[in-house]
Amino acid sequence: MAKKVALMQGNEACAQGALYAGCDFFAGYPITPSTEVAEVLSIELPKIGGKFIQMEDEIGATAALIGAALTGAKALDSTSGPGMSLKQELLGYACIAEIPCVIVNVQRGGPSTGMPTGPGQSDMQQAMWGTHGDHAAIVLTPASCQEIYEETVRAFNLAEKYRMPVQIQLDEICAHMRERVTLAEPGELEIINREKPSVSPADYKPYDATKGMVPPLATYGSGYRFHVTGLNKAADGFPTTKAELVDAEERRQIDKVMFNLADIQKNEEYLLDDAEVILFAYGSTSRSARYAVNELRKEGVKAGMFRPLTMWPFPDDRVAELSKQAKAIVCPEMNLGQMVREVQRVAQGRCTVAHIGRVDGEPINPGQIIDKVKEVL
Amino acid sequence: MAYDYEKSIRPGKLPHIWCPGCGHGIIMKGLIRAMDTCNLDRNNTAVVSGIGCASRLPGYLDACTLHTAHGRAAAFATGVKMAKPEMTVLVVGGDGDGTAIGGNHFIHACRRNIDMTYIIMNNSIYGMTGGQFSPCTPTGALASTTVYGNPDPTFDIAKLAIGAGATFVARGTAYHAAQIDKLIAEGIQHKGLAVIEILDDCPTTYGRRNKFRSVIDMMKRLKDIAVPVAAAAKMTPEQLEGKVLTGVLHKEERPEYTEQYAEVIKRAQGV
Ligand SMILES: Cc1ncc(C[n+]2csc(CCOP(=O)(O)OP(=O)(O)O)c2C)c(N)n1
Ligand code: SF4
Ligand SMILES: [Mg+2]
Repeated sequence: MAKKVALMQGNEACAQGALYAGCDFFAGYPITPSTEVAEVLSIELPKIGGKFIQMEDEIGATAALIGAALTGAKALDSTSGPGMSLKQELLGYACIAEIPCVIVNVQRGGPSTGMPTGPGQSDMQQAMWGTHGDHAAIVLTPASCQEIYEETVRAFNLAEKYRMPVQIQLDEICAHMRERVTLAEPGELEIINREKPSVSPADYKPYDATKGMVPPLATYGSGYRFHVTGLNKAADGFPTTKAELVDAEERRQIDKVMFNLADIQKNEEYLLDDAEVILFAYGSTSRSARYAVNELRKEGVKAGMFRPLTMWPFPDDRVAELSKQAKAIVCPEMNLGQMVREVQRVAQGRCTVAHIGRVDGEPINPGQIIDKVKEVL
Repeated sequence: MAYDYEKSIRPGKLPHIWCPGCGHGIIMKGLIRAMDTCNLDRNNTAVVSGIGCASRLPGYLDACTLHTAHGRAAAFATGVKMAKPEMTVLVVGGDGDGTAIGGNHFIHACRRNIDMTYIIMNNSIYGMTGGQFSPCTPTGALASTTVYGNPDPTFDIAKLAIGAGATFVARGTAYHAAQIDKLIAEGIQHKGLAVIEILDDCPTTYGRRNKFRSVIDMMKRLKDIAVPVAAAAKMTPEQLEGKVLTGVLHKEERPEYTEQYAEVIKRAQGV
């Protein structure tokens, strides 16, 4: 049977990926350039008996997302910069209460209202550190419509598996460009659903990690009566200020991610084997970077590209290795220096680390990258 | 025989955190009795709150309980109800939580007329943070951030709820304890968004500052200012000066939100 292929926008591919993953709940608030995700799901979700609700603001949307997730829903929310700033408190709530859900941030220029229709990559550090308090984050950065489709499925899988919010960081270019997307057949891509408790309701503790770092999550309305709070809590879900319990819980919630890096991290390595200059690029900027690598190769420059699809947790180990191999790592980003800070931190001065920043609402073009590479070599 | 509250309380969770004389406990007992009156299945009842002294209530109840972030309870609860309309959803919280930081979610829950019962425990103050004024603090009253007298006008929560579209609005007081469960039960049985405001006291952060010598004085005030709606109908505006109406203040029938969305699903599916 012929595969189902469709021409679609990145935002639409995101909505389609969510549906494939089993998303049955969306809550959001309209904002450019993310609105198409909501529009598509407002049409598609009721068709499958799912729920779509447009909330009164972005905080309310994340609140509804968490409430729905506790009833067993696989929930998605999409937004852009100003909305993402509003969501930060409840993103932290989803971290500490360990609620699986997926939030898409289609990045635009900023701060504040900035450039609503212009692309940006300026929320990359916010994605990790935007909410207060120590926590782990999983942040995915796809770069094509096909990849947005598949990475949205992966985002749901990671959210369910690790019982936490997962963020997808798009940018306006990826979100609005149209490409061919091959839609997966049922069963073709793996779908992971959260682990449900195997113990009786009387024995259930929502944060009991004795059998693994990710405790099973029961569903409201299924006979399990449990308490959920944003306060530091003990295994039974009730607030505690006991130092050793708070410490253990805080650390477990970070360790559940950091001890599973091989499962969570994903990168593309393009012509890296002999590369002397490595472009560290992601999202739409990586498309210019790939073009630049090809052009540089034609001129005999040993260029390659390292492209994280999981940006957070940051690929420390691999970037450290690359910093030993390369003379220089060049980071093109539509911001004034965000992920380059991580590259510098990890490279520890072993190679030159250079940045190309652009925040004028225009994409970084291959010529700019080629010029920078020639300058640093 | 004494009423058995224990069966609805989570084993081992008492004593509660509330101060002696705090009205929140009276309201919790009323809520427990109302849940009983309505025969609520606690497995299918979500009790959702924000942050504040009042919002600590769900932790004591043996149900599906969700203690959220300051002001956001109505929005979390909307997610629960929307995703699982067969659940009974109760929202509880303070005046500050519901009408200041949570005001936006509050009015939109009222507007949607989503089938939930929102119990606001109005002690006219931010109790938990030590007595700063709230949108429900009387003008002129003393609070830790209004030591020269509160310059802010005061919200009338019931009027706010009616204006925003709530289809059942009632008011009681912590003094009139026997009425609380009746109002809440009627709210639970009502289809749509029900707001039950219970005027409450905070002896610790409001009473002391505002020259109430004891909890009894605060309770006496609640007794004195409350006028049942039926009695008020026979009173002159002069007689009603400084009084607040209690009982069921508003009741109407309007399409409920999750039922409306069920229609959306039917239309989308072409049935
Ligand atoms: C976002 C945020 N802002 C401020 C606070 C601090 N805070 C906690 S409880 C509270 C006031 C609670 O007052 P109310 O809702 O009236 O409940 P009460 O304590 O009086 O029962 C405030 C301001 C917070 N927890 N979160
Ligand atoms: S501070 Fe006030 S509202 Fe809080 S528990 Fe004490 S009396 Fe009640
Ligand atoms: Mg209060």
